[in-house]
Amino acid sequence: MSLILALAIALTVAAGVYLALSRDLFRCIVGLAVLGSAVNLVVFAAGRFGPIQPPIVSAGAEKLAEHAANPLPQALVLTAIVISFALLCFSLVLGARLRQQSGSDDSNQLRNAEPLPADPVKPPVLD
Amino acid sequence: MKISKNPFELAPAINNSRNLILEQVMPLLYGVILAAAVWILWRGHHAPGGGFIGGLTALAATAAQAIVFGVPSALRRMPLGPMPLAVTGVALALCSGLPATWFGHPYLTHLWFDVPLGFTQLPLSTVLLFDIGVFCAVWGTLSGYIFALLRGSDATSPGEQS
Amino acid sequence: MLILLPLLIPLATALLTALLYRQVMGRRVVSLFGAGCFLVCAILLLIDVERVGRLSVALGSWPLPYGIEFAADRLSAALVLISAVLGVAVLWHQTSAADPAPETPLLHPLIHGLLAAVSAAFLTADLFNLYVWFELMLIAALGLLVHGGEPRQLEAAFKYLALNMVGTLLFLAAVAFIYGATGQLNFTALSAAARRPELAAALPVYVTLLVLAFLLKAGAFPLFAWLPASYHTLPAPVLALFGGLLTKVGVYALLRLLGQVFDAAPDLLFEGLGWLALLTMLTGGLGAVYHWDLRRILAFHIVSQIGYLLLGIALASAAGAAATLFFTLHNILAKANLFLIAGLIWALAGHYDLRRIGGLYLARPGLALLFLVVAFSLVGAPPSSGFWSKFLLVRETFVQEHYVWGGVALAVSLLTLYSMVKIWLEAFWKPHPEGPDSVVSVANLAPAYAAALLLAVLTLAMGFMPEPWVRYVEAASYGFMDSQQAAL
Repeated sequence: MSLILALAIALTVAAGVYLALSRDLFRCIVGLAVLGSAVNLVVFAAGRFGPIQPPIVSAGAEKLAEHAANPLPQALVLTAIVISFALLCFSLVLGARLRQQSGSDDSNQLRNAEPLPADPVKPPVLD
Repeated sequence: MKISKNPFELAPAINNSRNLILEQVMPLLYGVILAAAVWILWRGHHAPGGGFIGGLTALAATAAQAIVFGVPSALRRMPLGPMPLAVTGVALALCSGLPATWFGHPYLTHLWFDVPLGFTQLPLSTVLLFDIGVFCAVWGTLSGYIFALLRGSDATSPGEQS
Repeated sequence: MLILLPLLIPLATALLTALLYRQVMGRRVVSLFGAGCFLVCAILLLIDVERVGRLSVALGSWPLPYGIEFAADRLSAALVLISAVLGVAVLWHQTSAADPAPETPLLHPLIHGLLAAVSAAFLTADLFNLYVWFELMLIAALGLLVHGGEPRQLEAAFKYLALNMVGTLLFLAAVAFIYGATGQLNFTALSAAARRPELAAALPVYVTLLVLAFLLKAGAFPLFAWLPASYHTLPAPVLALFGGLLTKVGVYALLRLLGQVFDAAPDLLFEGLGWLALLTMLTGGLGAVYHWDLRRILAFHIVSQIGYLLLGIALASAAGAAATLFFTLHNILAKANLFLIAGLIWALAGHYDLRRIGGLYLARPGLALLFLVVAFSLVGAPPSSGFWSKFLLVRETFVQEHYVWGGVALAVSLLTLYSMVKIWLEAFWKPHPEGPDSVVSVANLAPAYAAALLLAVLTLAMGFMPEPWVRYVEAASYGFMDSQQAAL
């Protein structure tokens, strides 16, 4: 189980890195999101796997059952998912706006903030 | 006609064609989705569901409305508007923890009451307040994003012309 | 309760200003009032910490190490106070005509959200909670980057987002690995767990991952690309806030985690950090030499000064930590002030590019003096706050016989001097390229002058009366270095 999960995480990271390195804005955003899911899996894996019960204190009991899952990593993952979800929404809107305003989604073409120098020695003037 | 593979260009393609079926169904669907959202919110007390998922469901209604009839129409059908709704939600969620401090419990300890209705008991709690806060926050924030996306893609969507 | 106020007050102010989305004046008044309350609370917190040593509260009455703990020691309290001072100065500057940010309904909520996240990051004593505040900081910073809506700002925001996301993911992954290995997230509990012998092989790898994430957030040598690519698109007050605070939170996290929590990390890590610090200083300084835009020069100098802060951490001693803290306090004041002054220069001379401006010395001798004081403080000329910071730092490198480190730190000061002299010559000394009358008089610059003056007075106080400050930072660093000695 652990091995399968480790392989799955490795594969997801590879896909995420490959996409994130793309010059295309949308691919880059998706890549970062995929990378985020891989990291969320890592957090989840930090709580260990096994034949375990959901971490709910049953009625009448004072504490969790013997083989209950660790609830903390689940809470951490949930927080991380919500945050990365907000960032993903933001980056999608940002990407769409960028494409609309600059007419390109190739990051090499996005040169408004850092224009290429015309002079061999001095940087261009930013207006 | 060249079909763009760019996902950022999909939005105008949707907006430039009228969706007759959606336009007919949407007024009804809006209420149904919203009711489902509230049901999911309410159900979250003891079963899977809750404010976050409920907020996302409500967002589905707003998003569909904005896609079919344009952003202003969706704005009209939303309470308050994206940012005020989100802020009110956050404020509500934060305040829901305060009653506990009044009774000497730590902040965000949630209190439960049973309101007798005669035939049954209505269980209410400060958790519900918290969840409604989350519901509004999610609905408000994300609909802000959706509006920004739709506005950015096409200024004159068919719904706005009518 | 006092310890939570520096986080609750900016949060409440953010909510209130967001609710006042229709009243511009109302937002401004509430925003300034909130910043004032934040400052008062930060002062009270500092006084209390000075009396007790360490304040701590675990949320929800959960027992430690399970509850989320917020703790204020001298290190946190000083940084919270300096953030509050900066917040007041920046919001004051924003009311002037010196390149203010557009007053959109989201401006003040975002600024206060940023302040809340920064002060909470300084106060939290829980690794995952630190991650959450870093994320909140990222979201608020992104909001501030895009809220002007110009193409240039959107582009900068994208670069900022993409690279910082990588840092965030590294951070989260490191948190997961560390939690998986130790089962703890609380700083005190982690510090004890990190000494378990069976973790000696694996933990340094995870800690290195964590350090890498913070180096990215701090803008250290190979990972600083996002900083000079995005900062120069911001309006002056927001730029001052970013330049003053954001990277310093990364440095603080490194100081806290390497100085207190994982101080048993292998020497190789600290040695590597030292060399990275030197490269950071050098590349930042060299980058600044190339540029002619005031904001870009100063942005590269942020990177350069991060190098000095990291050097103090790499020395892995109480004196090194004290030097880093003193340097951080000095640098937040001086760096933010230079950005505020850059805003004034823009308003008077009409441009940020040094090739397009000039003649300010004749037209505004007061501003020239103000710039000179802060610039020399940044360079480290005696007797200025920068001098004492570099003195503390370089003395400790020599005590530890890292002569190369100390030597490079001193030599890089010359690069800083070069940049400051360049700004002085081009913006103040040479005549304005469009004739002597091109320095216009602008109405409503008084708040900007006042904000810059406030920070300059504090810088001067650090320079001329260094003793109480030095005593404080030494008490702070010996405080948290000793607490883990006691825990052994």
